[in-house]
Amino acid sequence: MIKINELHKSYKMGTSSLHVLKGINIDIEEGELVAIMGSSGSGKSTLLNILGMLDVADEGDYILDGVPIKNLNETKAAKYRNQFLGFIFQSFNLINYKTALENVSLPLYYQGIARKERQEAALDYLDRVGLKDWATHLPSELSGGQKQRVAIARAMASKPKVLLADEPTGALDTKTSYEVMDLIQKINEEGKTILVVTHEPDIAQMCKRIVQLKDGVIIEDKKIKQVLASTHV
Amino acid sequence: MFNRDRWREIFDTIRKNKLRTFLSGFTVALGIFIFIILFGLGNGLKNTFQEFFLDDASNAIFLYPGRTSIPYKGFKANRRIEFKNDDLEEIKENFAYFLEYLTPRITRSALTSYKNESNNYTTRAVAPGHQFVEKTIIMKGRYLDQLDIKEKKKSAVIGRLVAKDLFKTEDPIGKYINVGATVFKVVGVFQDDGGDNEERNIYIPYTTRQLIEKSNDKVDQIVMTFRKELGHAGALAFEQSVKKYLKEKKAIAPEDPNGIYVQNLTDDLKRSQQFAVVLQLIVSFVGLGTLIAGIIGISNIMVFVVKERTKELGIRKALGATPLSVIQMILQESVFITALSGFLGLFLGIVVLENIGLTLEDYFIKNPFIDLGTALSATLVLIIFGAIAGYIPAKRASSIKPIVALRDE
Repeated sequence: MIKINELHKSYKMGTSSLHVLKGINIDIEEGELVAIMGSSGSGKSTLLNILGMLDVADEGDYILDGVPIKNLNETKAAKYRNQFLGFIFQSFNLINYKTALENVSLPLYYQGIARKERQEAALDYLDRVGLKDWATHLPSELSGGQKQRVAIARAMASKPKVLLADEPTGALDTKTSYEVMDLIQKINEEGKTILVVTHEPDIAQMCKRIVQLKDGVIIEDKKIKQVLASTHV
Repeated sequence: MFNRDRWREIFDTIRKNKLRTFLSGFTVALGIFIFIILFGLGNGLKNTFQEFFLDDASNAIFLYPGRTSIPYKGFKANRRIEFKNDDLEEIKENFAYFLEYLTPRITRSALTSYKNESNNYTTRAVAPGHQFVEKTIIMKGRYLDQLDIKEKKKSAVIGRLVAKDLFKTEDPIGKYINVGATVFKVVGVFQDDGGDNEERNIYIPYTTRQLIEKSNDKVDQIVMTFRKELGHAGALAFEQSVKKYLKEKKAIAPEDPNGIYVQNLTDDLKRSQQFAVVLQLIVSFVGLGTLIAGIIGISNIMVFVVKERTKELGIRKALGATPLSVIQMILQESVFITALSGFLGLFLGIVVLENIGLTLEDYFIKNPFIDLGTALSATLVLIIFGAIAGYIPAKRASSIKPIVALRDE
């Protein structure tokens, strides 16, 4: 599903440049649930941003579902993002003046799907994250866990190949974190490929594979026995 | 542009961001509203000015006889000069090229009565051309004509207020009034924009006045209008040559300042025109200034709006919005709001202008108005600049990397 070969990325900081990713190689199969771990500054968020086409690499190959991702202009990147990727952010990033339903249907709007179909599909996804009754509520009327579940529904709505989650539980308490992870695990069970960036070991243990980053290189890449979040809930 | 779904998205955004919508709409509406009011009031001021200064024909020259102050050709100083009928004839003959109208004016005051009503009024004995010199407007009947002059008829044209005083509601045409000791037949009623005093005058044929005053041929004043094509310089030259001609004829020293007085309105006209130009400049300047202030206002708001939406735009881009669709969304929204509120301001401004129209006459503002063309183009200018002002920040926002926009708090 995702093939990365010798990925490099550096940021210019005034005169000096900061080499953040120093040759990353990963191969992720369809249906995997991968945790990318590392302390802050290890380059894990940069990696995720590049995978999410929110940022571009300086060097290296990136092949997503057989499509080489390079020489992207903004318009093309937007189309690929819409088609291939779903995002889950630490700070949820819901549009605050839109209801849960409208937030979820927004990616479908950019796919050019008709309004009625959009709303039906969005409601369906809200139902799957258990928030059908909250469809008409604004983000400000939802709890943190509910917001993140709306964000997950939104990420799912465009039927992406890959879900990218950047510290999805970073702003949530432990109990809510496990609930969210439970949801992510269930989505993964349905066959969706998911990448989770996290620095919390217990969250990483709930994935099927852990990639450890340190100073821009992968120091460890192992498959683990998944801890089911539902046992904690 | 006519994508129904996009419009729905835009209406949705507008409805849910009332403050933002109100701010940008209000700026535009207010800008246009003030522009229309100020421009309209400026036009009203211009109207008043025109009425004030341009009552009499602006191409008139008045000649008054005086007393000589320098001995000349055997005549003593302090000799009284008088105009006669033959002066009129000779001016008419010699200056035909310059002249438009020529009329004598003999002014007297007399007790005038009709039935039981009587009052003192000024009578002006004139020739038919006087109508055009004074810009007299006939309401009823007719003005004096050549036949009145030739046959020295006892015809009178009375002012609107004279008719009101003496005849009340009666129709004055064909009735007889006593002017001094003579009976005149009323042949017309006039009005004059020059004010109430002008409308308390009575016009009679100058030949009749001369007949009453022992058949003399004396004339108080000569009033003439020159052809407008002469322009300012031509009018001054004409004035000089008439003066020279009369001085020669009346044996007045060429350097004597007091023998004949000339009042030439061409100087006034020129001054008036200059003043009108200045007034027009002020009105235009005020209008332009308001418009620029409006443009700056809407530009500020647009920058603010886009700044405020940076994060939202980042989210939209992460979800698959292309840069083009982001720009389109912002522009379509801003043009829609500015157009709607611009026309609202336009409409309100015109309504207010219509309604204050009559109440401001005491403040020298008469019939304030704005022509629809000016108002519409001002609105259009504001809409276009609103769009440009929206486009620049929208373009910048659309090209920010979504990751940067998402970090924006």
